[in-house]
Amino acid sequence: MIRFSNVDLKFDGRQVLKNLSMEVPSGQTQVILGGSGCGKTTTLRLLLGLLLPESGSIVINGREIVGMTERQMASIRAQMAMVFQGAALFDSLTVRENVGYRLWEEGALDDETIEARVVESLRFVGLEDTLDKMPAELSGGMKKRVAIARALACKPKIILYDEPTAGLDPINTHLVSELVCRLHEEEHVTQVVVTHDLECAYRIANQLIMIHRGEKIFDGSVDALQASNDPRIRTFLRPDEVLVEPGCFPCKDGGVRVISPMPEKAEQAPA
Amino acid sequence: MEAAVTRIEDTLKGYAATVQDFAHLCVITAAGVFRRPWYVQETIYHMNRIGVGSIFIVVLTGLFTGMVLTLQGAIQLEPYGAVPYVSKLVSASVVRELGPVLAALMIAGRVGSGIASELATMQVTEQIDALRAEGTDPIKKLITTRLVASLVMVPVLTVITDGIAMVGGYLIAHFSLSIDTFFYWTWAFAALGPMDLVYGLLKPLVFGFIVCMVGCYAGITTSGGTVGVGHSTTHAMVTSSILILVSDFFMTKLFIYWGW
Repeated sequence: MIRFSNVDLKFDGRQVLKNLSMEVPSGQTQVILGGSGCGKTTTLRLLLGLLLPESGSIVINGREIVGMTERQMASIRAQMAMVFQGAALFDSLTVRENVGYRLWEEGALDDETIEARVVESLRFVGLEDTLDKMPAELSGGMKKRVAIARALACKPKIILYDEPTAGLDPINTHLVSELVCRLHEEEHVTQVVVTHDLECAYRIANQLIMIHRGEKIFDGSVDALQASNDPRIRTFLRPDEVLVEPGCFPCKDGGVRVISPMPEKAEQAPA
Repeated sequence: MEAAVTRIEDTLKGYAATVQDFAHLCVITAAGVFRRPWYVQETIYHMNRIGVGSIFIVVLTGLFTGMVLTLQGAIQLEPYGAVPYVSKLVSASVVRELGPVLAALMIAGRVGSGIASELATMQVTEQIDALRAEGTDPIKKLITTRLVASLVMVPVLTVITDGIAMVGGYLIAHFSLSIDTFFYWTWAFAALGPMDLVYGLLKPLVFGFIVCMVGCYAGITTSGGTVGVGHSTTHAMVTSSILILVSDFFMTKLFIYWGW
């Protein structure tokens, strides 16, 4: 179980997250939706203890992590894994070493068991034949899948995904979404997925929240999100229906700002 | 006017914060030497990269420095009929000053900028965050190992530079100035006292620390994508070179004050 309560965060005086609260029950997949720069990735970084909030509380599996030292945080991180946006595979290590990295570092298992776990994880993502390849030899989609295998190898209770389908072709997007669904159904892992890929979000989400300019503006199911009348949500979900005129852009409040070729003709159009 | 004062104040605060962050990084890196895990293999790997990888450039640096010093020294000593004693000048100046400083500058160019660009790339591609997420302390794994390797290998490379410079001086002294081999080496070693050797080994320790820590700090504080990586690499190279020269002056002053 993950619980965010009234979390605030500022960077250089700029409010990045405002009073964010959310709850992810164990074994559920929570999707965090939102446009670029709205604070989605920051939320994951807070969960992993890579950032500290200004105020508020973050509880993971019953333990408050705000104020924990790096050493205390290690025991929390041991239950978690993260799939980074750019995969963040270690360049100097092979796929085998990347996937088994944490297991070798912990030193709790013998080499044979680790090797078996590495192969099992890579088989789950369909890349068991890439064991001895270097990350530079893999495509973007393969890197993402290796990153998922790396997350899986240590059998975490919680997996965090930062834009897992960003920059992938439709086939790899489908494969990655499918993997997230399988992890929910077969392994009952608690997952938090940050994305702005709606197709992926609808496919994998048990519940969704949407963040707009650091503020939570929606918390609920996929159906409730699609039925929402909030102009900010409508603009995000169906931009082709809202931003109809050429040269129009979304406003802070979800309305539409039209910038015509002649500045004097610019007008504020209703949502 | 007020805006200018505020800007100066902000700039000074920025410098102070940088110095504070750098000092903090140095302390936790040094503390990491005494805490498990020790990453011995990683440290040996970096020793090989820093030490063996830099031998070629320090050999060239030493060789040509020794040869040039001998040629120039002979010109200056000729009016006094003291050309045969040129080896005294070469060995004293190489062991005390030129060897440590030139070797450190070459190592800063090759190793310091390499460390900065490597860590900067890891930073902008989120690999350092990934290390933390995997439960590894990136300071211990990435910086402490490199610091230990630098502290061991920079003095070794300096000794090699000193030796090769004296050999370079000998080649010119013997083949160009017709100075006897025995005479050259006798006066070369006569010019050196035990404290010169201590002096010549303390400096590279400090320089090794500077090259490594400046490179690591520039690397892990990188932001701004590939432009940031380039900026960090240049910054590491320039800052460590300046710090080497400045610290050399203050160490020399201190050693003279202590009567070494």
